[in-house]
Amino acid sequence: MTDATLSFEEAMEKYDPVLGFEVHVELNTKTKMFSSAPNVFGDEPNTNVNEVDLGLPGVLPVVNKTAIESSIKIGLALNCKIAETCRFARKNYFYPDTPKNFQTSQYDEPIAYDGYLDIELSDGTVFRVEIERAHMEEDAGKLTHMGGAAGRIQGADYSLVDYNRSGVPLVEIVTKPIEGAGSRAPELAKAYVAAVREIVKNLGVSDARMERGNVRCDANVSLRPHGRERFGIRSETKNVNSLRAVEHAVRYEIQRHAAVLDSGQPVIQETRHWHEDTRSTTSGRPKSDADDYRYFPEPDLVPVVASREWVEELRATLPEPPAARRKRLQADWGYSDLEFRDVVNAGVLDEIEETIAAGASATVARKWWMGEIVGRAKNADVDPGQLGVNPATIVELNRMVEAGKINNKMASEVLDGVLAGEGTPAEIVEARGLAVVSDDGPLLEAIDAALAAQPDVADKIRGGKVQAIGAIVGGVMKATRGQADAGRVRELILERLGVEG
Amino acid sequence: MTETNSELVRLSAAALAAKLAAREVTAVEVVQAHLDRIAAVDGKVNAFLHVNAEQALAVAAEVDAIRAAGGAEAEALHELAGVPVAVKDLIVTIGQPTTAGSKILEGWHSPYDATVVERLRAAKMPILGKTNLDEFAMGSSTEHSAYGPTRNPWDLDRIPGGSGGGSAAAVAAFEAPLALGTDTGGSIRQPGAVTGTVGVKPTYGGVSRYGAIAMASSLDQIGPVTRTVLDSALLHQVIGGHDPRDSTSLPDPLEDLVAAARTGNVEGMRIGIIKELHGEGYQAGVENRFNEALELLKGAGAEIVEVSCPNFKYALGAYYLIMPSEASSNLAKFDGVRFGLRVLPEEGPMTIERVMGATRAAGFGDEVKRRIILGTYALSAGYYDAYYGSAQKVRTLIQRDFDAAFEQADVLISPTAPTTAFKLGEKLDDPLAMYLNDVATIPANMAGVPGLSLPGGLADEDGLPVGVQLLAPARQDARLYRVGAVLESLLEEQWGGPLLAKAPSLTDASSAAGAALSHGGSH
Repeated sequence: MTDATLSFEEAMEKYDPVLGFEVHVELNTKTKMFSSAPNVFGDEPNTNVNEVDLGLPGVLPVVNKTAIESSIKIGLALNCKIAETCRFARKNYFYPDTPKNFQTSQYDEPIAYDGYLDIELSDGTVFRVEIERAHMEEDAGKLTHMGGAAGRIQGADYSLVDYNRSGVPLVEIVTKPIEGAGSRAPELAKAYVAAVREIVKNLGVSDARMERGNVRCDANVSLRPHGRERFGIRSETKNVNSLRAVEHAVRYEIQRHAAVLDSGQPVIQETRHWHEDTRSTTSGRPKSDADDYRYFPEPDLVPVVASREWVEELRATLPEPPAARRKRLQADWGYSDLEFRDVVNAGVLDEIEETIAAGASATVARKWWMGEIVGRAKNADVDPGQLGVNPATIVELNRMVEAGKINNKMASEVLDGVLAGEGTPAEIVEARGLAVVSDDGPLLEAIDAALAAQPDVADKIRGGKVQAIGAIVGGVMKATRGQADAGRVRELILERLGVEG
Repeated sequence: MTETNSELVRLSAAALAAKLAAREVTAVEVVQAHLDRIAAVDGKVNAFLHVNAEQALAVAAEVDAIRAAGGAEAEALHELAGVPVAVKDLIVTIGQPTTAGSKILEGWHSPYDATVVERLRAAKMPILGKTNLDEFAMGSSTEHSAYGPTRNPWDLDRIPGGSGGGSAAAVAAFEAPLALGTDTGGSIRQPGAVTGTVGVKPTYGGVSRYGAIAMASSLDQIGPVTRTVLDSALLHQVIGGHDPRDSTSLPDPLEDLVAAARTGNVEGMRIGIIKELHGEGYQAGVENRFNEALELLKGAGAEIVEVSCPNFKYALGAYYLIMPSEASSNLAKFDGVRFGLRVLPEEGPMTIERVMGATRAAGFGDEVKRRIILGTYALSAGYYDAYYGSAQKVRTLIQRDFDAAFEQADVLISPTAPTTAFKLGEKLDDPLAMYLNDVATIPANMAGVPGLSLPGGLADEDGLPVGVQLLAPARQDARLYRVGAVLESLLEEQWGGPLLAKAPSLTDASSAAGAALSHGGSH
């Protein structure tokens, strides 16, 4: 069943959106939040667990000090205050992905609070998002529902649980209500999550890979008629796991809420599930502010004490903030303001940096990412970084072009081959027989034919109008089905006509 | 049982250790003597849920081999190597079942050892088996065990106290010289009092809780159960000290508790009687023995002072909010998903909630359910401040009472329990009456201070053991041993030997111990 929606424009005419985000960041500590089991993604189910992660009788938690450090760093990068002492609490609820049937989480005493993040939108506008808190908690295990439709619990025959993720350290970053974004709300949503992702990646405290769930966003959306102070009823769209999806989910929820409100119905306070395929949400479970988790201070842990000295030591280790980094990178790379903003908006800043680090020039890296990859990502409807392009691939392709082995057109074809999993660039060049014709014999034949076909052009060149050479080069390229090295063709034409280039 | 065996089992751990070191007896003989005693009497007492004969004998044989070989390894043997010990079945052990006295864990084997068990193994102390308890340590009589009650060796018709009735009875019945208990509101000390044994609840954080199945995390503490004060110090020294796996474990190095027990002295010490913990509500025989103990201490040079702890009257009420609150959360993990009992609903849809519900309905006993319901209610939104929040404030007030009292006294003293052992079944239908039995022991748990119970003699009216409780400031456990050792030796001088020498033999066919004692016979 699909919900009714208004057009985004109509929704914006009638209503003012208020947003709120809960972003969960998985920390990349060696071990888990409260146990010595490894914190590793992608291993065989239930191998990275010990008695603590399984919640066996008698076990006790011990706080991971590195996780505390990472949390403080995140708090500092979000301009938060750091609590001198704070406690963990137990959030009690029965669910089989939570082995103890309670989650150990900070509740009323977060480690970091009262911060902000300045978000730059695509046109350079800066929007300040207030951070309410960043608190520590443990991740739950992963349930896989078997036998039903599309992995849903409804109608499933049974469920499998993998506790590898159980106890992985999380920092949950909660914003204050974000007002005043207006029609830029979807864009702000994407930019905010991108900024948080950038910060945690930059800090080195998380692998920050959204496709692996290292950064997960719950997006709260409510609408109110223009001019009204009081917030509307919100929905919470859970686990929106790509930047594009964040933007789309917020846009969709605005349109859906608007339609509900227009019909005179109240919005239901509930969680929503995001579906990438239909770009829409469906109803989850009702969520009321009165959900009773019977929180109480975790008696098995002593308070976390963050001495001012320690906090200052950590502050001194913080890497340069992303805004300063962007300024530096633009200067280093020599991009114009427009070029640089396009790069940032396309979300390929890190990718370009990695490509340059792998050996490409700034110009080449931008040419490939902006010219080739961003478009493909758009067609595939994924973030460019998720397309699967390895910086080394770009460097190799560029090296082949510069060596004259293939031309740009072929390189683009080879990239398609790489993305289709056909092998390395070299293998694809070989397999597809893509090589610039470098034997001058066949080229000269083609050149002679082209010159003969366009004698007037040949005369112009002979007369010193070298810029007219394009028509002859074009003829040769056509005749060789693009396999010739255009540079070499040009040299040979000039040689043939006895003209100095 | 041979003559030698019956003599061996009556020896203290310290005496056994001396005989083993002198190679007058082998560890295998010592363990076998205790296994024989268990075989002879445990059918009546029901102190053990599991007997670990094979493993205990193997450890004993290893100790004997090391001693026989001599050299550095023999030199390095722990003083208690080869001295057997029993472990309360709330503490997890590899190679033996751990049930917590509950059907919900029937047949479960832990894949890991509790820290205290690791330390017993490191000292090469043979583990005789796992002792009975009230289900999840919830009770004061061991009648709430899912595996039948343990009986008091002094009178088999009476309760051995609880929750650690199994450990206390095993030690009192000479089935083990040493045992481990856990004490959340008195579960080591109250059984000690009613069975004529010694029990110590260390300072909170003094002994690692890792591997003790939690009832109330902020109150639970593992401690020794023995027949002498020195034996408690010896066992405490083995299990105590910092453990990085327990965040609430104290970082301090352990004091020399054994030296404190060996050099007991009360001269010039101020011993405070807690006004609120004797008198009204305390059985006359308990009160009499308590007063005699005070006279003995005074005679040995102690100064007896009276202190007042006005907030102790709220301790029981606050305890019955904090303990069930924590227990309701700690026991949530017993749901049939990962370990232990799984019960499927008999009809209706097979959802995870219904499987969890059916498992918990079938696996938990009434007292456990009572406390889970109480705790769930106390933590509920809208009630939290009034119940859990207020109880935490009371806890602070109790701590302040202790702080003030310890300004006037070096140690505090009270009867351990208001009465001697009551009859099996007597209070089973009256939870409040049962809870009142812990009125004198609970304040120590609420404040985290250490407490020791030692035998104070037999009550005139029923001839049953009475316990005297000593309390010290946090991290001053050594004071308990210093004072306890003095009082123990003065009392034994008075009785002409250990109190337990007066207990019925349990093996004498004509003894009918229970009947004789329940008629108030004087021993």
